Amino acid sequence: MTAPAIIPPRGLADRLTTLFWRHPRLLLSLLIAPPLLWLGVVYLGSLAALLLQSFYSIDEFSGLIVHEFTLKTYGELLRPSNADVILRTLGMAIAVTIASAFIAFPIAYFAARYAKGRWKAAFYLGIMLPLWSSYLVKVYAWKLILAKEGILTWATEATHTSWLLNAALSLPGVGGNSLSTSYIGTFLTFTYVWLPFMILPMQASLERVPNSMLEAAADLGATARQTFRTVVLPLAMPGIVAGSIFTFSLTLGDYIIPQIIGTSASFIGMAVYQLQGTAGNIPLAAAFAVVPIVIMLIYLSLAKRAGAFDAL
Amino acid sequence: MRSEASLGLKIAAIAGLLFLHLPILLIFLYAFTTEERSFTFPPPGLTTEWFAVAWNRPDIWPPLYLSLQVAALSTVLALILGTLVAAAMAGTRFFGRDQVSLLIILPIALPGVITGISMRSAFSIMDIPFSTLTIVLGHATFCIVIVYNNAVARFRRLSGGILEASADLGANSFQTFRFVLLPNLGSALLAGGMLAFALSFDEVIVTTFTAGQQSTLPIWMLEELVRPRQRPVTNVVAMVVFIATFIPILIAYYLTRGGSETAGGGK
Repeated sequence: MTAPAIIPPRGLADRLTTLFWRHPRLLLSLLIAPPLLWLGVVYLGSLAALLLQSFYSIDEFSGLIVHEFTLKTYGELLRPSNADVILRTLGMAIAVTIASAFIAFPIAYFAARYAKGRWKAAFYLGIMLPLWSSYLVKVYAWKLILAKEGILTWATEATHTSWLLNAALSLPGVGGNSLSTSYIGTFLTFTYVWLPFMILPMQASLERVPNSMLEAAADLGATARQTFRTVVLPLAMPGIVAGSIFTFSLTLGDYIIPQIIGTSASFIGMAVYQLQGTAGNIPLAAAFAVVPIVIMLIYLSLAKRAGAFDAL
Repeated sequence: MRSEASLGLKIAAIAGLLFLHLPILLIFLYAFTTEERSFTFPPPGLTTEWFAVAWNRPDIWPPLYLSLQVAALSTVLALILGTLVAAAMAGTRFFGRDQVSLLIILPIALPGVITGISMRSAFSIMDIPFSTLTIVLGHATFCIVIVYNNAVARFRRLSGGILEASADLGANSFQTFRFVLLPNLGSALLAGGMLAFALSFDEVIVTTFTAGQQSTLPIWMLEELVRPRQRPVTNVVAMVVFIATFIPILIAYYLTRGGSETAGGGK
């Protein structure tokens, strides 16, 4: 009989290895403790601080924060000027989401179903690069495009379509002096900056539509249009909803774009920034910041019902 | 299904891609314009003097150094924390696993302004003065998910067999980590690190809340956008920022490309 092949432990590292082997949970806890502590303390702690602040109020005479639990600050959100900010932001988020869905669909559809080999790589990079590249640079590019003396004005003059631009600018409500100082400009920039976030989940869900289903639809005599409406679109829906989570959430919280391009009208993000900065009204800023959180929680629960999480 | 796309679809897809890319080219063009007070198109003349002007502007260098420092520190922290959590989440199922994955994603799923204002209120409650460290705290938090996503995808493709083989051959956990796990994870971690660096380097929204009086390069750019001085100089800096984020993204793409083969599996 041979001796059992057990190598004697050669120091602390081996002893620890044995310990981990006998207690796998110990290794798991050691691995997960530092990141959980970080996220729990730094991130959740901060969110808790935010929530706490939103239940404080500000003394109207001294301007100091009153550290007492009250719902007064949330009540202030309902004031017409503040409610306007929330509704304006919501309207913009909805418009941007719908527009990006329409622009994104052909790109995602082509990339998912027709692009092969080299083209597939080109489309992938073509979508990933704008997604990751500098946010401020993208916003700045649109300031250049939309400026009154900029390329768009030049292009409409060169093609004799200035009347179209002027007609758009004279629209009541959304128009303005120039594109860079109108809601149209804000809307265009938002749509541009968030578009890749819509394309990617859409493309992922379109890639998962089985070819056999399309063939079956064709065998059963469906026209291309019918196949698209009754087979492709319903199957792609989770991806569209997943993409809309990003475009919606990102538009709700952004404060740089409306500050640089658009009218002086405030959006939720701008209100938060100005209230905590110059106005020093942190409780109201915190209450404003809770609004997108609540909207997104409602949106996410609706999206979950639409199966959007399987498409992420 | 037809194997050729219809003309309309082709045009719409190509136009969409052009829509995504053409605006950036304007940034490059305007860096060479001779007109410094407006965005006149076409530019009245072309010059390369703005590169020298930007080089000699003393207010650009400190923000650049700060941005590099913050991005490097945040990337290192995110690499450590992201890999740890990916290692824990990859192989095992445990109670609260879904909650942990939600917690990791939350910092980039919620709008940046919320992360920013939350951290600012937390710092003010705890009387933490603004410093480079407070910027890093914010950046590392939303960079963790980037590293995690890359690392966890690689862990999933890694066959458990090679870890067992390593143990059978007498390696202890640390040797297995050093000689088996790390070489296999390497390129995924590098890709994750690159993306985290790019994300941190041009982050502006959270930074405006956590930086105090300091400025990172994106904050410097934001100030120039709101109160322009020499506009083409802003374009030169924008070009630098664009390239500084573009290159890591490209490297990350090539590092993780064609990742369908499973290391240690199949044969």
